[in-house]
Amino acid sequence: MLDSALQFLGDHPLVLATVKILVIFSVLSGVLAYIVYLERKVLAFMQARLGPMRVGPWGILQAIADPLKLILKEDIIPSGADKTLFLIAPVISVAAAFTVFAAIPFGDKDIVIHGVNLGLPLISNINIGILFILAVSSLGIYGIILGGWASNSHYPLLGALRSAAQLVSYEVAGGMAIIGVLLISHSMSLVDIVERQQSMGVWNVFLQPVGFFIYLVAAIAETNRSPFDLPEAESELTAGFHTEYSGFRFSLFFMAEYTSMVLVSCIAVTLFWGGWLRPFQGVASLDFLKFTPVVVFLAAAVAIVLGARKNQVPMEKLVLFAIAAGCVLLAAALAYPLVTSAIQGIFWFSVKVFVFLYAFIWYRGTFPRYRYDQLMNLGWRVMIPLGLANVIATAAVCYVLQPHPAATMLGMLSR
Amino acid sequence: MMEINLPQIAFFALSAVALISAIMVITRRNAIHSAIWLIITLFSVAGVFLMLHAEFLFAVQIILYVGGIMVLFLFVIMLVNLDLAAKQSQFSRQWIVAVLTALVLTAELVYGIFLDHRGFLFTPPPPVAAATNNTQAIAVGLYQTYMLPVEIASLLLLVAMVGAVVMAKRKFE
Amino acid sequence: MIPVHWYLYLGAGLFTIGVIGVLTRRNVIVILMSIELILNAVNINLVAFSQYFHSTNGQVFAIFVITDAAAEAAVGLGLIIALFRNKETVNADEIDLLKW
Repeated sequence: MLDSALQFLGDHPLVLATVKILVIFSVLSGVLAYIVYLERKVLAFMQARLGPMRVGPWGILQAIADPLKLILKEDIIPSGADKTLFLIAPVISVAAAFTVFAAIPFGDKDIVIHGVNLGLPLISNINIGILFILAVSSLGIYGIILGGWASNSHYPLLGALRSAAQLVSYEVAGGMAIIGVLLISHSMSLVDIVERQQSMGVWNVFLQPVGFFIYLVAAIAETNRSPFDLPEAESELTAGFHTEYSGFRFSLFFMAEYTSMVLVSCIAVTLFWGGWLRPFQGVASLDFLKFTPVVVFLAAAVAIVLGARKNQVPMEKLVLFAIAAGCVLLAAALAYPLVTSAIQGIFWFSVKVFVFLYAFIWYRGTFPRYRYDQLMNLGWRVMIPLGLANVIATAAVCYVLQPHPAATMLGMLSR
Repeated sequence: MMEINLPQIAFFALSAVALISAIMVITRRNAIHSAIWLIITLFSVAGVFLMLHAEFLFAVQIILYVGGIMVLFLFVIMLVNLDLAAKQSQFSRQWIVAVLTALVLTAELVYGIFLDHRGFLFTPPPPVAAATNNTQAIAVGLYQTYMLPVEIASLLLLVAMVGAVVMAKRKFE
Repeated sequence: MIPVHWYLYLGAGLFTIGVIGVLTRRNVIVILMSIELILNAVNINLVAFSQYFHSTNGQVFAIFVITDAAAEAAVGLGLIIALFRNKETVNADEIDLLKW
């Protein structure tokens, strides 16, 4: 039965694409829930406290309890609010954030299950991938603007306008950083960009350090994260554009913010840090690194066991030991040579994205908040000139080192 | 009858959405609703561009028009919002004459298009043109053939930026 | 296959709706939005013919049209803000200081 299902998927590409979308959507939702938990725990440890500890062992079930609470809360619509816009605004934010995942590649090996080739682990390889990402992620601004406007209250409106202005400003800077990558990669398709990094043997971050820095700052500002989160910080404008939202609508805005965080991490990894490539992919002597997934899960199991020994509650201890056993089993399953080679791309991609997400949480715990005028000053008077200088320098170096073959070909064509 | 296939269905759907949302743009009482309908119109026009294999223009339309110009419109509408304006009459006194004139214009346009409509099918591109992708072709066009208009357009944008900032600033007397 | 003139009809339709919007509405911002409709109709025509003649000149010109629309929208909206600051209205019929 599994074989016939797989054969059906292989024969109907439209159904296969839908199934891939559903898989990525569900994995993303799970990741989202646990990023919130991760943020609370990591911030807590940075602030010398423990974070959520009550709901489940070490607070793991907090990620399920929070959405449940938000869904069950009362849905308040302020009087005088524009009802249609109030309803649509969070939907626009979430839709824009999730849609961009259609262009991101997660691996490079075809997924072959039981001899049926299910294609690459990506939803689509758009040949204008970067433009598509820029276009759709700029639609998230509408969720913010309409959410602030439809609340019919001045704090949300001010927060929304400030937030939207910030997003628009840093979009320009982010676009300039991406142009530097495009100049090196000669293609706008994300799969091509990663493959070019593989063929060049060096990740783009080492060729474009300034570009990466600009993109990182722009990404943090785009997602309204610390230290650029003045428009939505609680002590400033009483939570800005989502002040009047409660219950499930607020959780949609919340999801949109964390999805954007995951999204810009995925884009930064794909553009600058080699996507699904293993570090030192070309060096054959370092091939033992392909067992890193096994090592990582074994280490996780050991860490959980070591941490769970001191736990007082026997039920929690049991659950934690069960999780550790699950990690060991997963490590054993990943040690199969077939599975190891198939899982490499997705594993390295996930590790790099996780490092970025941890860095985002780290910045939140470390940096003080920028004032709004300092923020706009930084965006327009530092980041954009820096981005322009980066583009000019990269273009000059590219032209001197290797004139693009397509340019000369087109030059011959037009004559 | 011609057989119905997917490109035709897509075209009819996109045109219907474009025309209906354009009518909504000019008939809504609330300026923000007009702006939202204009955003939907711009999306369907971007879809039409994609159907015409102009993928770079599709992305540029969404990034610039929907992601930039309409955000500017929304900002200004929110800044100058007047409840009084929404209660006044929305259409000017001479709307009947205006609509009649516009319909005369449409009749001329439709007649002009109808006269020449035989033999106007799209042909497949010649093999040389099909080898370069759309973005590269536009890049050659922009930066080799039409370099001077690009420079003039950048000057125009500079003038527009300076002008908009100067006009919208508060005067410190 | 889709003949070119269907795209021209769509362009003509959008153009007409834009012209009706410019001529009939009183709210200055809606007039500006109707002008954007007109510019989009022109863009559809340009890109349709660009595909018909298999040359990218039409698309390049459409990019210039979009650039122009951005510049004009910025300047127009700046004017509206300055106007609003002085007269507290966005009604086109009430901006008649130069009338005799």
